[in-house]
Amino acid sequence: MKEATVQLPRQMSTLAASIDDMYYFIFWVSLFFFVAIIGVAVYCLFKYSAKNHPHATPPGHHDVLELFWTFAPLLLLIPMFHYGFKGYVKAMVAPDDAIEVRVRGKQWAWDFYYPGDTEASPSELVVPVGRPVKMVMSSQDVLHSFYIPEFRIKRDVVPGMYSSVWWTALETTSSYNAKENKVVGEPLDQFCTEYCGTSHSQMLAKVHVVSEADYQAFLSGKDRAPEGKPLEVVGAELFKKNACNTCHTVDGGALVGPSFKGLFGKNESFEDGSSNAVDENYIRQSILQPQAKIVKGFAGKNMPAFVLKDWKLDALIAYIKSLK
Amino acid sequence: MSNSHSANEELHGHHGLPYLAHHFETPIQQFDAAKLGMWLFLAQELLFFSGLFVAYLVFRMWYPEAWSVCSHELDWKMGTANTLVLLFSSLTAVLAVRSAQLGERKATGNYILVTIACAFIFLVVKYFEYQHKFHAGLLPGHYFAPVAGHTISSVFPPGSAAYFSVYFMATGVHGLHVIIGIGVLFWIYLRNAKGEFTKDFWTPVDLVALYWHLVDLIWIYLFPFLYLID
Amino acid sequence: MSTVATAGETPNYLTHERGVKSWLYTLDHKRIGLMYLAAVTLSFLVGGIFALLVRLELAFPGETIMGPDAYNKSFTLHGAMMVFLFIIPAIPGALGNFFLPLMLGAKDVAFPRLNLMSFYVYCVGAVFLVYSIITGAVDTGWTFYTPYSTSTSASVISTTLGVFILGFSSILTGVNFVTTIHTMRAPGLHWRRLPLFVWGQYATSVVQVLATPVLAVTLLLLTMERAFSLGIFDPKFGGDPVLFQHFFWFYSHPAVYIMILPGMAVVNEIIATFSRRAIFGYMFVAMSSVSLALVGFLVWGHHMFVAGMSEYSTMVFSALTFLVAIPSGVKVFNWTATLYKGSISLDSPMLWGLAFLFLFTIGGLTGLFLGTLNVDVHLHDTYFVVAHFHYVMVGGTVMGFVGGLHYWWPKMTGKMYNEVAARIGFAFVFIGFNVTFLTQFVLGSQGMPRRYWDYLERFRPLHGFSSIGALILGIGFFILFGMFIMSLVNGKKAPRNPWGSVGFEWATTTPPHPHNFETTPVIRRGPYDYHLATAEELAKT
Ligand code: HEA
Ligand code: HEA
Ligand code: HEC
Ligand code: CUA
Ligand SMILES: [Cu+2]
Repeated sequence: MKEATVQLPRQMSTLAASIDDMYYFIFWVSLFFFVAIIGVAVYCLFKYSAKNHPHATPPGHHDVLELFWTFAPLLLLIPMFHYGFKGYVKAMVAPDDAIEVRVRGKQWAWDFYYPGDTEASPSELVVPVGRPVKMVMSSQDVLHSFYIPEFRIKRDVVPGMYSSVWWTALETTSSYNAKENKVVGEPLDQFCTEYCGTSHSQMLAKVHVVSEADYQAFLSGKDRAPEGKPLEVVGAELFKKNACNTCHTVDGGALVGPSFKGLFGKNESFEDGSSNAVDENYIRQSILQPQAKIVKGFAGKNMPAFVLKDWKLDALIAYIKSLK
Repeated sequence: MSNSHSANEELHGHHGLPYLAHHFETPIQQFDAAKLGMWLFLAQELLFFSGLFVAYLVFRMWYPEAWSVCSHELDWKMGTANTLVLLFSSLTAVLAVRSAQLGERKATGNYILVTIACAFIFLVVKYFEYQHKFHAGLLPGHYFAPVAGHTISSVFPPGSAAYFSVYFMATGVHGLHVIIGIGVLFWIYLRNAKGEFTKDFWTPVDLVALYWHLVDLIWIYLFPFLYLID
Repeated sequence: MSTVATAGETPNYLTHERGVKSWLYTLDHKRIGLMYLAAVTLSFLVGGIFALLVRLELAFPGETIMGPDAYNKSFTLHGAMMVFLFIIPAIPGALGNFFLPLMLGAKDVAFPRLNLMSFYVYCVGAVFLVYSIITGAVDTGWTFYTPYSTSTSASVISTTLGVFILGFSSILTGVNFVTTIHTMRAPGLHWRRLPLFVWGQYATSVVQVLATPVLAVTLLLLTMERAFSLGIFDPKFGGDPVLFQHFFWFYSHPAVYIMILPGMAVVNEIIATFSRRAIFGYMFVAMSSVSLALVGFLVWGHHMFVAGMSEYSTMVFSALTFLVAIPSGVKVFNWTATLYKGSISLDSPMLWGLAFLFLFTIGGLTGLFLGTLNVDVHLHDTYFVVAHFHYVMVGGTVMGFVGGLHYWWPKMTGKMYNEVAARIGFAFVFIGFNVTFLTQFVLGSQGMPRRYWDYLERFRPLHGFSSIGALILGIGFFILFGMFIMSLVNGKKAPRNPWGSVGFEWATTTPPHPHNFETTPVIRRGPYDYHLATAEELAKT
């Protein structure tokens, strides 16, 4: 692994080194041309200033020179093209033995599905070090794009088709803490890099690279409810992790959806004219089948349906209840 | 053509010609400018339609079955009739230009009227075609909802909605060009009736005819693409 | 040239007719040019104010002055106004309109009525954009990518219609200029004697005519899609969002040459005049404009390297992208060679010309990073791209535009401006610009995505620095704006040929005669033939 430089972040994947080499190759070529051109220009400004050189020499014909600088740059452009393309193809084709994680982009959160999962693990990705990992990505609504700078990978996530990226991470960032059943460390940032609306800049996830053993431990523990924490605290964490907070506030302000402040127990009226009191069942339904009852004034602002384990629903409901 | 212009210039010199704008030196220059300008405009039109043709081709590649099924929903008889009408109107447009060049004002006017009439016939036929599509629910995208009994095929493969999106966009924009064509033809008709055109000056007639040929040409491509090949 | 002005009583286009109507109904290309100048300057100020809002919001992480929706609308309006209302019409509409016929020795453009119409069409388009701002603005980014643009609740339709209309204005200008250059040249002005400004405008106009209709049809489809759920770009109905991107960039890449070619065109004139020397390799420079225009049509895919194209397509687009670097290189090398053995004076227009050389070279070279496939994977949609295109568009075209304005201002208005203020303004702009955008290259290569309202703590210092730069930049433009206004109010009377240029446009009186030249000139030498020009032609009178 190579540490960050002024221009580029840390190299954390096997793909990074060759990309950085190309980057610096172009950088030095560019710097050379820039210094040469501006150097000559500045030299001329002094040497051939109107004071020092009152009569300009009319230029004649210099076809050889012209042809030279028309075609000579090709010698540098061809390798840029060639190695750039080679590196690109390498980054496109994942090895067969890669772990496949399915990724679903939606406004404005990332859902990860580990092999065999049907329930999403939102906003946090845990991958093993030293093994190829492939993201098979799709979008639920508009375009998004999956970007991890340290891995030097990026790919658009397009509704109506699958796209993919892969990498092999070089070093761990985090480790599994068995007591808390949690992965802790200094995760990498993953960004959405295709503009997707209001909270595009909030559509981030954390990527933990852990050892193979930790990865397995994480997989087997991830569906267990955390212990030793009040339920509404767990709910508050889930509220962030599932990106509920990109649409709902807890302080009374309306975002895309209604605020949760004082929600529980209040009498909610709906688009179809009916109304009822907000209780556990209503909240459960609002999360699992949000289209069943549309809150008055929120028609057309579709909340996506969530698939969540019961303990998660319990925690979220406890949290909403706590918001007086 | 240019001969008559230069002959004319020798006769009159270049001042005092009613149709020569002040910023041109000679009528030939004015004529060349107008003609070139029109060709550039037509090039622009072609690229505009090329976008629709590209959309057609891309979706055709993706949904060959839908394209095949849907093209049978169009009435090739009406399409053929319209093609013939447009071809004929192109002929009358050429004849209008020729009469203008010969200075036959009356004939020019008549040919223009026939051209306009053809344009109306085209639109009427198009109206009946559209009406049928509306009844049959063969509408673009979201509104695509075939009504059994009104359509020829009973199953529509995926992509059929896209076919009608392309169909309505392409023929709709073309139809708009026909309507605009009627407008400019009529304007030329009035100018002709006022006697603005002479043996030496008939550029506007020529340009409008060029435009009309383009409208025709685009239909010549739309017709087989949409109606005939499956 | 045959006409030599005699000072005094010659009529000029500014005063021979008076009253508002004489302007609104004018067919004089010079007056239309001035009206364009006013309109694009206004657009630039509005677009610039949105830019300052963007930079202010980004000065600190989190919410600084506005929420995410307002921010998204700000950068969209900034981009859309700068591109469609300012940079595309700026040089052709204002400087091109004014000087093309003068350089050709013509009395006017080929179609004066069309010219006026294109200006009013522009105004109508602008009104649509303003209307969209009033009715809630757009938040799609200037690229209008589907399906977001068909699903957002913002007022997309009035914006796309506005841009659609602006496109027609651009096409009409293009048709007019190509025709003018083909048919309105003065006797003796054959193609090898055309000023390079004219060559540049010619190439630009060809692109305008051939590329803009594709934008028009794209926006039409998008509008219909939004209004009637057409579904051509929407996967729900079997459509394809990536197809939209192909359509959009098929126009918008050639459009970047619509933006830069006129800038380059102006710089040719400036460098020749202030080096008092013909542009080195005239024919190569002229042909490089034409080849940029043509090859520029084939590289649109480089905006979509990570969007989901086949590897084969990316390969072709990357290779062609490198090819377009060649003609730009030819220009840069020839300009530098023109300085060599010239006789250089650093009046304010020349400062802008040199700034163009400096900044465009950086902008262009960073385009090579983006054209390289694997490097673009890392840099795509980061601030590196933002920095790249501001270096070419602001560092290139805006420098060319402002430089051209300095250069030709005396001819256009008959007034000189304050040279000291001009230099101070230049210094602010040049320094402010580099502080703002050099920083953004590093932000981008470090991984900061673009179109972000908020950012991580680790990007804070560079964003703050960039915002300070934007402030300096804003002050610079403010000074220049004030300087030009003051020149109109109390500027010294401008001589016929203040820079001693041998360009054809300087031969007429200042401000020019309503019909440009009292008698049609006959051209007997090239546009930069300092060695053939008479002392009288060269005189700084
Ligand atoms: C004035 C406008 C302008 C100009 C002139 C250019 C010029 C170039 N642009 Fe740029 N570009 C934009 C405006 C412009 N661009 C905009 C607006 C975007 C972003 C749009 C958006 O997403 O919002 C963009 C984005 C963009 C991308 C997509 C990036 C991404 O989104 O991932 C790419 C990729 O290839 C690219 C490449 C280039 C190249 C290779 C050139 C070349 O033409 C540059 C050629 C010039 C030189 C190379 C310098 C001078 C030459 C020499 C000194 C010779 C010696 C050097 C060698 C040849 C080795 N540009
Ligand atoms: C010609 C085109 C052009 C020009 C000139 C500019 C000019 C500037 N641009 Fe812009 N920019 C774009 C085209 C342009 N831009 C485009 C296409 C985008 C992409 C949009 C998108 O993503 O969709 C973009 C995006 C963009 C971003 C990225 C936003 C994001 O991705 O989140 C930023 C951020 O710094 C920025 C900054 C600036 C700044 C500081 C200037 C400065 O140079 C502005 C300087 C001008 C002024 C400051 C006005 C000065 C005048 C006064 C203050 C005078 C006072 C007024 C009166 C007297 C009436 N621009
Ligand atoms: C993309 C935006 C979005 C996201 C993300 C989102 N919601 Fe919603 N939510 C809405 C909208 C819009 C409504 C109102 C319309 C409706 O009732 O369906 C709503 C309504 C609700 C309601 C009913 C509120 C009331 O006032 O009656 C509850 C409860 C709710 N959401 C819970 C959640 C939870 C829990 C999550 C995260 C797991 C979540 N939402 C994520 C948009 C969102
Ligand atoms: Cu998702 Cu941006
Ligand atoms: Cu491009």
